[in-house]
Amino acid sequence: MALDQSFVGRTYPPTDPYEVGREKIREFAEAIGDTNPAYTDTEAAKALGHPDVIAPPTFVFAITFKAAGLVVADPQLGLDYSRVVHGDQKFAYRRPVRAGDRLTVTSTIEAIRSMAGNEVIDIRGEVHDEAGEHVVTALTKLVARPAEES
Amino acid sequence: MTAKIAYDDVEVGTELPARTFPVTRATLVQYAGASGDFNPIHWNEKFAKEVGLPDVIAHGMFTMASAVRVVTDWVGDPGAVAEYGVRFTKPVVVPNDGTGALIEVSGTVAAKLDDAERTVRVDLTAKSAGQKVLGMSRAVVRLA
Repeated sequence: MALDQSFVGRTYPPTDPYEVGREKIREFAEAIGDTNPAYTDTEAAKALGHPDVIAPPTFVFAITFKAAGLVVADPQLGLDYSRVVHGDQKFAYRRPVRAGDRLTVTSTIEAIRSMAGNEVIDIRGEVHDEAGEHVVTALTKLVARPAEES
Repeated sequence: MTAKIAYDDVEVGTELPARTFPVTRATLVQYAGASGDFNPIHWNEKFAKEVGLPDVIAHGMFTMASAVRVVTDWVGDPGAVAEYGVRFTKPVVVPNDGTGALIEVSGTVAAKLDDAERTVRVDLTAKSAGQKVLGMSRAVVRLA
């Protein structure tokens, strides 16, 4: 069943702040095997001009995807999450995420369309810090496969 | 923000050092914990096969994180990445054989975007088992 086009443009309330911890950044960097000292060594990060250790570029997805879950789980939208795969992901950074950031995400449904029997939904997540400054925009494309293919 | 590569030293066609990133089942368990993505297709072989996958597959976001390392290792400062996007075209299949899979990544400077901002676009290619696993994989990075 086609998703309701009237959901395009809908914006969901901002998430509660997520506090970025330096040990969480370290854990993420270790998980992707990335030894860049900017992720773990405050002095190394400062030498690059950052006020504190920064997170790897894709770290913020954990936060934005959780926020996109608000959209995905919206019973009115009616997306069957068991059929959803991640199609595309883009980030546009104003600045890198860093330790101590308290980040909120505001998700908006940018587009809904049907393609070859799939339902494709584009979600924009705007990430702001505690001061209200924009940090990063995450664009997530989810593809819901049709039920009969399961 | 201190990139170690100078904008003036780069031209369209400049190749970044290619890298190969191994991924095993243990890698996926570790990434699941670090990222909070516990979808069983990334660690439960029985579940993965039941939903039609050949085997456990790597998180697309793990592949995306690995691919951009070609850019961040080259430029030195991960904070120099201004934009980064990918399309997930094929899964990285990770067999339970102790060896796992390899993600092979190369990158080329595809365009010099803005002389004042010193930004370039790097196009990335990521392959596993001979198949392209990311499409439209592009990063915009600010150089020194």
